[in-house]
Amino acid sequence: MAGLKTRKKQRLVIATAAVAAVVGAVILITLGLGGDSLSLFLQPEQVLQKKVEAGKRFRLGGLVATGSFIRDDDGLTYRFTVTDCVADIPVRFKGLLPDLFREGQGVVTEGRLDADGTFIAETVLAKHDENYAPPGTAPKNAEACSHPEGLKAEAGSY
Amino acid sequence: MHRFANPAEFNRLADRILPWSLAIMAGAFAAGLYLALFASPPDYQQGDSVRIMYVHVPAAWMAMFTYMVMAGASFTALVWRHPLADLAGKAAAPIGATFTALALVTGSLWGKPMWGTYWEWDGRMTSVLVLFFLYLGYMAVWQSMDDEAKAGRAASILALVGVANIPIIKFSVDWWNTLHQPASVMRMGGPTIDGTMLWPLLIMALAYKAYFVTVFLWRMKLEINRRKLSVLSQAEVYG
Repeated sequence: MAGLKTRKKQRLVIATAAVAAVVGAVILITLGLGGDSLSLFLQPEQVLQKKVEAGKRFRLGGLVATGSFIRDDDGLTYRFTVTDCVADIPVRFKGLLPDLFREGQGVVTEGRLDADGTFIAETVLAKHDENYAPPGTAPKNAEACSHPEGLKAEAGSY
Repeated sequence: MHRFANPAEFNRLADRILPWSLAIMAGAFAAGLYLALFASPPDYQQGDSVRIMYVHVPAAWMAMFTYMVMAGASFTALVWRHPLADLAGKAAAPIGATFTALALVTGSLWGKPMWGTYWEWDGRMTSVLVLFFLYLGYMAVWQSMDDEAKAGRAASILALVGVANIPIIKFSVDWWNTLHQPASVMRMGGPTIDGTMLWPLLIMALAYKAYFVTVFLWRMKLEINRRKLSVLSQAEVYG
């Protein structure tokens, strides 16, 4: 009986160590790969830091800056600024916008930078935040992105 | 715990729990679906599409919960060789796979009108798809070997390796940029979901949990009877 107990204890130690090792290794590897390679999109600040070259395809994500949304005369082309509250990137998009698209909300868009630094989007997806509330009530933690005025003026020059 | 490793004890306990879990399931689904689909307000951004959330979010929670039940059973089976632990994992797997599929499908149906796409390979969606494949793999390993003891051991090892995916699912929305929104209920600083929407969601979660208990116990009893039958028929052949 003592032998059986020791074997069970041994199996317990081995199984616990094995599970901990596998879970730890997978988490270390996924975190070690870094946020960028596993992230879906780059934020404006990262785009400027990395100096992403014009013509290279990538995804840009952030908030649609308040007051930046313009519809061109053709009725199909939209212009808006994507911001992460640190940096701004002007975006041009021709196509259909999703239901949740609006100023102050998140977007994920795929496309390329042109020579003047405008992001020419091919697809625009709306990103929902974690707030759920009935109409007319302010969500609890609405993080109003206080827009940096200087950056906005600069980005508004397209 | 050792007491319930005895099949007869287990069956008696299951028969005591089942009427309650069935009653809670029926009551919570009736109340939860009424509140979620009719009585709760539309969302200030999403409108009525928010109602998909009441089906989607509990399904996703249960997809992870059921995996942990399966992994716990696998661990118990490997370490203590309880005869019922293998069966518990086997009984839980198809329920978990169904919850995962439900979460993926409802999420996709919500994503098309809200995000503008059915699917995006972001951290959350990809890791939940991996969870679905882990369930299918676990069930396939059980099917792939005639020797049940061997099949159970191989399936248990697979289930334990897959545990690494659970924290990745949970924290994918915090570690990486994803299209999927971050957590609204189980987060630091409390829920960011209005009370009029949180209650229907929690009642739906209770209904899902009671559904799991009910179907899990049914499937356990079924597996126990199936084992008894195969032992009996073997005894007849060789006896």
